[in-house]
Amino acid sequence: MIWCAAVLPNTNTNSMNRWFSCFLFNIVTPAHIVRLYDRFEALDKEKTGHLRPQDFGAINRLAMNPIGDRIIGAFFSPGQETVDFHSFVRILAHFRPADKKRPKDPSMPEPVNSRTSKLKYPPLVFSLISVAFQLYDQDKDGKISRAELLQVLRSMLEMQVTEEQLESIADRTIQEADLDKDDAISFEEFRKSLEKVNIDHKMSIRFLR
Amino acid sequence: MKLAVNFLTIGLVILSLPCGSYTEIPPKPPGSVTVLPPVKPAGGPQAFPDAENSNLPVFTMDYARIQVPFEVTLWVLLASFAKIGFHVYHKITFWVPESCLLISIGLIVGAIMHSVHEEPPAVLSYNVFFLFMLPPIVLESGYFMPTRPFFENVGTVLWFAVVGTLWNSIGIGMSLYAVCQIEAFEVQDINLQENMLFAAIISAVDPVAVLSVFEDVSVNEQLYIVVFGECLFNDAVTVVLYNMFIFVADMPVVEPVDVFLGVARFFVVGLGGMGFGVIFGFVASFTTRFTSNVREIEPLFIFMYSYLAYLVAELFSISSIMAIVTCALTMKYYVEENVSQRSCTTIRHVVKMLGTISETLIFFFLGVVTITTEHEWNWGYIMFTLLLALVWRGLGVLVLTQIINPFRTIPFNFKDQFILGYGGLRGAISFALVFTLPDSIGRKKLFVTTTICMIMFTVFIQGISIRPLIEFINVRRTNRNLETINVEIHSRLIEHTIAGVEDLCGQWSHYYWKDKFLKFNNRILRKILIRDNRAESSIVALYKKLELQNAMEILDTVSGDINAGSSIVSLQYEKKSSGKPKRKFVAADLMNMHDILSKNMYKIRQRTTAYTTKHSLPNDSRTKEILIRRHTSIRRSLRPGSFNGPVWNTRTYSTSQKYRHTYSFKGFTLFFTILYITVSPATQPHTITPPPPCFMVGTTHVEIIRSPTLRLTKHGGWNRKSQTWTHQTKGQISTGLMSIARVFWPKQVSSSYWCPLVVVSLQQFDHEGLVHTVSSEHLMLRCVR
Repeated sequence: MIWCAAVLPNTNTNSMNRWFSCFLFNIVTPAHIVRLYDRFEALDKEKTGHLRPQDFGAINRLAMNPIGDRIIGAFFSPGQETVDFHSFVRILAHFRPADKKRPKDPSMPEPVNSRTSKLKYPPLVFSLISVAFQLYDQDKDGKISRAELLQVLRSMLEMQVTEEQLESIADRTIQEADLDKDDAISFEEFRKSLEKVNIDHKMSIRFLR
Repeated sequence: MKLAVNFLTIGLVILSLPCGSYTEIPPKPPGSVTVLPPVKPAGGPQAFPDAENSNLPVFTMDYARIQVPFEVTLWVLLASFAKIGFHVYHKITFWVPESCLLISIGLIVGAIMHSVHEEPPAVLSYNVFFLFMLPPIVLESGYFMPTRPFFENVGTVLWFAVVGTLWNSIGIGMSLYAVCQIEAFEVQDINLQENMLFAAIISAVDPVAVLSVFEDVSVNEQLYIVVFGECLFNDAVTVVLYNMFIFVADMPVVEPVDVFLGVARFFVVGLGGMGFGVIFGFVASFTTRFTSNVREIEPLFIFMYSYLAYLVAELFSISSIMAIVTCALTMKYYVEENVSQRSCTTIRHVVKMLGTISETLIFFFLGVVTITTEHEWNWGYIMFTLLLALVWRGLGVLVLTQIINPFRTIPFNFKDQFILGYGGLRGAISFALVFTLPDSIGRKKLFVTTTICMIMFTVFIQGISIRPLIEFINVRRTNRNLETINVEIHSRLIEHTIAGVEDLCGQWSHYYWKDKFLKFNNRILRKILIRDNRAESSIVALYKKLELQNAMEILDTVSGDINAGSSIVSLQYEKKSSGKPKRKFVAADLMNMHDILSKNMYKIRQRTTAYTTKHSLPNDSRTKEILIRRHTSIRRSLRPGSFNGPVWNTRTYSTSQKYRHTYSFKGFTLFFTILYITVSPATQPHTITPPPPCFMVGTTHVEIIRSPTLRLTKHGGWNRKSQTWTHQTKGQISTGLMSIARVFWPKQVSSSYWCPLVVVSLQQFDHEGLVHTVSSEHLMLRCVR
């Protein structure tokens, strides 16, 4: 902890407390925190200590991502206009696969990506699946409706695809995944449809390993 | 068709056969009026009649003068015809790698030549092969090597290349020496040094055939890049070992000092090669910075510099292959930013062409020479060589993977290892090296025969069988699961997410040095090596002129609402919003869907450029995507009332989908977009750009956007519903920038009111315009609301 404080001198005590709590949560290692902080500072042009959506939007590559704005939206919980470093790290921690080798101290508060916490934070690859689900499910009702699916499809597909084709693709998607016939995909169904996919390879964000 | 090609080929062969036997005396041309003197004076043209005859020769023939180029051209044509012939019947190339087919044709031609007692051209002499045939192949491999996977796996690649080759050579050499001791094989006269030399030659891997199979089957990227990289970089070791053992074979006694010197030499060779390559790469990039006025010869610099790197490395007897590969790697990144789009295409085409031709010729001559050289057959030696090569390669792969797997992020499983071991074919390099053995080696013919056998065995048997094997053992592939539509869509979404988060975090990697290098690159290297002002291609200038003219014309005409097209779409959309009964999906429907998805979904920018197909050029579909993405994000962000920098707005996804066809090709009217000016070039990766400059003019909010795209577009328009001007300048292909302007109006205005003025004033701001030069007076004058 003290090491961390020494490395990051330009901070106020409030932020430091939060980083300590990050340690306690065992989310990211000290080295990662330093780098994430560098990145946070680089993004935060006006040095307010908070990031606004515009700062994210300034990242060129992210702006070009078809679901870039959704990803950025995931950082801001509803009602919040800014994100500080603590939340920044917390959210990025979802992308870290829970390390089986790390000892789980029962006295510590539940790690963010453990199975028993809320539906939104399941472990291992599920954390990634849950984030993906959230990207679909914008109105947070726990289901991907047909309209939401269509929106995502539209953003991911080029313009040459006609509306009818899009709709039939969406229909087919729901047909394949929907087991309880409610014309929407719940999280369980979503997860099931992806169980054969080798998510491990996709989770190659090495910086968080 | 196929028969015709075959006849043509045979015809060419027969034509080329007598060529070699021409002497200085040309044959008497039939039907000529005059009688030529029987002996021609050597060289000079027959301009002046000889003293004997007084008439002007009407028809003369002088073969000797053109002999060499003529024969070269004929051989190249022959090999190319063979290549055409293969593709006539698609199934052949599917199951049999091209190198096998080429060797077979070469064998046939060799048989023909042998039967008429012809000698093949001396293509496989040391100089011709290493100075003319090899560089294009290596340049092509180096130029089209996928850099990101390569640098991520560079440790593994070098590990396998260096240590693997060493392991193979020493292992095979030792065991062959042991085999030689067996009296029954009658090869006891081959001493240890010669065995080691031969082993060094034999262990040079050249998986050309395998790589094309890998691409077709889309084997996982890690495996591909390790096999690819290994074959390129094992040259350093092979060269060192070869030279060392040649030297040592002459020496009576080997001292420990020599071993130590050998190791030192290896480092000199390897690192020296890389160093030369990097230096030449930088010099080439620097040169292209100044070539804006000599566009026609831009590609020349690439070739000259890489060839120069190769030759200089050969001068110092260091690894020329590594030099040219690193030169190409270094050069590619900077040069492709400096040169014009046409030069870029030319370079790629020519590199591909030269590489393919060289490769074709080499395999072809492999077949020819096989028949026409003298062989010495020895069952024991040859069989054992084959066996030992396989065994040692397998063992080597096993052991080395065990050691390196803990360091890898995606470890190799047993299937990968099997394919890695099985895919170690031998090819051209071994072939050339064995031919260039000094004749002082007593058993050179045996070595030649064994090498040829080895190559034939691996290329034919392993090359043909690897495809069914890969499918049988089901090696991990890259993500082309066609299982369900769900999987396809969702996994693509996840990949986008990962890519997005990586961008968010500034794309660090596991490697600290990579970050440092990127920073260094951005701050220093790019400033030196990349030209600042990108000159426009002629298309841009012309287009701008035309656009300006059109703008003037528009003054007179009233431009209506061009987006009639979009309303049709919105109609359809509304009709279908009511619930419909569940559709049944036929198999054909599904195939259609998969087709649509795979063709139209955004490809993650880096992950699809991992593969470069050996036999075709990489395509630029990526660039199309970038344009579309930009369209979408602009479109989505343009909601009436959302005046604050909307790219990140995730809340409302209302009816922006109606504007699907806004950017259609029809309805050509001139519109404009204000440019988003970035401080750093838009194609620069991983930079954080400042928020888009925007300012208020009266009640009008104006924002400037600029995005990278390389697609040729010519549509644009005033979109009434979203209140934006959009304009894509056709000419911004080479620089990859598309201008989109967004002007937020409080109320709807007619486009013709603004058009000419906007056109004129905004023309200046293409690319180089900076925000502070936006003449807002223009806008202010008109924007009185």
